Amino acid sequence: MIPYILRRLATGVILAVLVTLITFWLLSFSFTGVASNILGPASSPEAVEALKDQLGLDRPVLVQYFDWLWSALRGDFGVSYFTSESVGKAVTIRLGVTLSIVLVALALSVVASVFLGVLAASKAGAVDRIAQGTSLIGNLFPNLLIAIALVVVFALNLRWLPATGFTPFAEDPRRWAASIAIPVIVLVINGVANMSAQIRGTMIGELQKDYVRTLRTRGISPRSIVYRHALRNAAAPALVVLSLEFIAMFGGALIIENVFALPGFGSFAFNSSLQGDIPVIMGVTVFSVLLVVSINLLTDVINGWLNPKARLF
Amino acid sequence: MSTEVALLETDKTETAVRRSALQRLLKDPQAVITIAFLLLVLAVGLLAPLIAQHGPNESSLNAVNAEMGTPGYLLGGDQSGRDIFARLLYSIQTAAVSAAIGTGVACAVGLTFGLVGGYFGGRVRTVIEWIFNLIMTFPGLLLLIVLMPLTKGDFRITMLIFGVLLAPSIYRIVRNVTAGVRNELYVDAAKVSGLSTLRILGRHVMPVVRGPVIISGAFLMGAAINLQSGLAFLGVGSTEVPSFGAMIATGFLNLYVHPLQFLWPALLLGASTASLVLLGNALRDALEGARPKPAKLGSTKVRRPKAPVKPGDATSLLNVTDLTMEYPNPAGEPKQVLKGVSLELRAGETLGLVGESGSGKTQTAFSVLGVLPPEAVITSGSVLLDGRELLDLREKELRQIRGKDIAYIPQEPMSNLDPSFTIGYQLVEGIRTSAGMSKAAAKERALELMERVGIPNTRRTFDLYPHQISGGMAQRVLIAGAVASRPRVLIADEPTTALDVTIQAEILDLLRDLQQEMGMAILLVTHNFGVVADLCDRIAVMRHGVVVEEGDVMQVFHQPQHPYTQKLLNSILDETQLREDPETLVVTGKEQQ
Repeated sequence: MIPYILRRLATGVILAVLVTLITFWLLSFSFTGVASNILGPASSPEAVEALKDQLGLDRPVLVQYFDWLWSALRGDFGVSYFTSESVGKAVTIRLGVTLSIVLVALALSVVASVFLGVLAASKAGAVDRIAQGTSLIGNLFPNLLIAIALVVVFALNLRWLPATGFTPFAEDPRRWAASIAIPVIVLVINGVANMSAQIRGTMIGELQKDYVRTLRTRGISPRSIVYRHALRNAAAPALVVLSLEFIAMFGGALIIENVFALPGFGSFAFNSSLQGDIPVIMGVTVFSVLLVVSINLLTDVINGWLNPKARLF
Repeated sequence: MSTEVALLETDKTETAVRRSALQRLLKDPQAVITIAFLLLVLAVGLLAPLIAQHGPNESSLNAVNAEMGTPGYLLGGDQSGRDIFARLLYSIQTAAVSAAIGTGVACAVGLTFGLVGGYFGGRVRTVIEWIFNLIMTFPGLLLLIVLMPLTKGDFRITMLIFGVLLAPSIYRIVRNVTAGVRNELYVDAAKVSGLSTLRILGRHVMPVVRGPVIISGAFLMGAAINLQSGLAFLGVGSTEVPSFGAMIATGFLNLYVHPLQFLWPALLLGASTASLVLLGNALRDALEGARPKPAKLGSTKVRRPKAPVKPGDATSLLNVTDLTMEYPNPAGEPKQVLKGVSLELRAGETLGLVGESGSGKTQTAFSVLGVLPPEAVITSGSVLLDGRELLDLREKELRQIRGKDIAYIPQEPMSNLDPSFTIGYQLVEGIRTSAGMSKAAAKERALELMERVGIPNTRRTFDLYPHQISGGMAQRVLIAGAVASRPRVLIADEPTTALDVTIQAEILDLLRDLQQEMGMAILLVTHNFGVVADLCDRIAVMRHGVVVEEGDVMQVFHQPQHPYTQKLLNSILDETQLREDPETLVVTGKEQQ
């Protein structure tokens, strides 16, 4: 088990190095633009060159990358060109905001999807059609439209919730909840659409298997067959969908956070990319790769535990 | 020559399949409406230069926030004085180009590498797999934004990159399908007959892959349009390009004063992406057939006139009378599987139910147990246990009988155990359900039963999972579970067919011993006359959904009345005869295995 996790972590680190290297190489094409961005539109070419020299942007790309990598490995991700914030710290704070939205949305989506998916698969008929129809709505319309529609209805017209902005949990839990409510609902609508259909399909497949028939001939109750046996067997494939959804929600947060002006990871990444804040872009890239890698690893470990055949320990 | 014929034939059937899929698609209103809508939108978008009276970026002071219906401004003007109608039309072009590039790149990349990776395997696949994992690890949206300085805000290049990021989803589908097809016999045949790899991929693999790729293509188009609008909404990319996202962003700023400016692009974007998703669903139905429908557990449908048999008629333990059951065929018309089956099983006896596969033996067994698939409908007949009509019972009442009075041993031991629970857990759950014991008592009983059915090292095996034991052991576990409550009727559906020859005899011995010990009646479904001769008192021969002959084993063996029984008995291999003819020996020797 431990060697397996270590091997996977090592692969993850190699992946992170590769991805950041490619990102850095791609960024290197716009170093001049970055420097003139910092100095403003009226800067002279000489001043831009001087700044590039000062930031070390004129050195060979590989030298710069390994310089960055060496510091990053020691936990030093540099400071933002624009705000002089420490990148490591800034990224963690923004990550906290996004995770609080994504995790809440994910938890709600899982509960709703399992409920709808299992209900649809085991009850058939009208219940199935209603459950499927509900999940279809999330698939039909882009997140952007759903987000704007909710803002218009709940924030602008009914004035129940703030349209934009974020209150940290520690400051005021109630206002925190209100500030993330609409973004969370948008992500949940989408998440349920994706996950409940998958869970329904897997459950239908499980309920048609031989062992279900044999359990029935033993007089086992449908409740135990559906919720204990079939759901347990459907859990592993559902978990894979869950991990994909987590990553998708993280990506989706980029647009959502900008619509709602939330100081999260997505809007942070977006703004620093527009500015060309190289240390921040690199930090954001590292953290998102590591996040994806850890999610995948976690999924495989839990999956191994769920599926006796793939159990590693 | 023969391969040529075979190829011609596959081509013909393939065209037939394709045509019928297209026909099904054109019959589906969901598909017709969405296709018509999308084509209309596309046509209007392409004709934008002819229809629109203004350019997308042409602004005029007179038209600033113009109302709907202002001459020359059908839908009014936005806050910069641009014609909303014209911008909508040109936005369609942007969306269509985005969808085409994103989906085209994703399909081209995913298809190429999927075919190669799926077909070749080995090191080639390992490398491709690794690359696609790398792509999936890339923080996609972030990358698109990071690359802005490179793409100079051109949405076409952005979509090109997005296409690569989407490719893994197509790659996975194609790789799996290709790897599956590769192992098919007809591909082996094509290889043996000397067809080149490229031709095999084109002729045999592509037709299978095409359906799933077309379906995901529809969904990917929606995703590409979504992404493009999202980025444009955020202001990524050139402001010169008219797009739904940019229009929504402009309208959003003006939402209170002129809500319609926001409404039009939102409506068109929503309707387009919704149409693509609905079209994708319709395509899936047409190309892959109807998706599996859910079914409520335990809803065996019985639609028959009042029971034809009075309870007093029952003389035996189990009486099946004139049982008729049908399944709907793919076209939805009912097809009779059981055409009036009558059987009787007396207390303590063993009745062999024989017949070729497809004769309805197993379906009869499932009807008695009440565990038919949900599509099945029982249209007439009766199943009496001790004079009690089982077909009239509700699922809840049947559950009291199943596992207690009637038990079941399946054919394939492995698939009939739940892979996620230990053997002990599954036995204990069954015992507790039928006997209502405490957990500890049920565990003791389970261990006793395991010992009784010949499972060695019971305490250790108790904690093992099904995949950790052999097929023979698994069948013993299933037998232990079936006889746990000392049922009066045991229905064994080909209990030895899936097992090794040496284990078959042991399992039959075990069944015989258990029967003597517990005095239960056994309905033994089999196609093996040897098993019948070994174990059964009486025999019922089934063919095409009816019992053609029922009687004492010895009597039927020596004087079969029905011609079908005679034919079956004659087809049993007589070894003394075969040994005279070496040629036949080779052939039948193979069949015997």
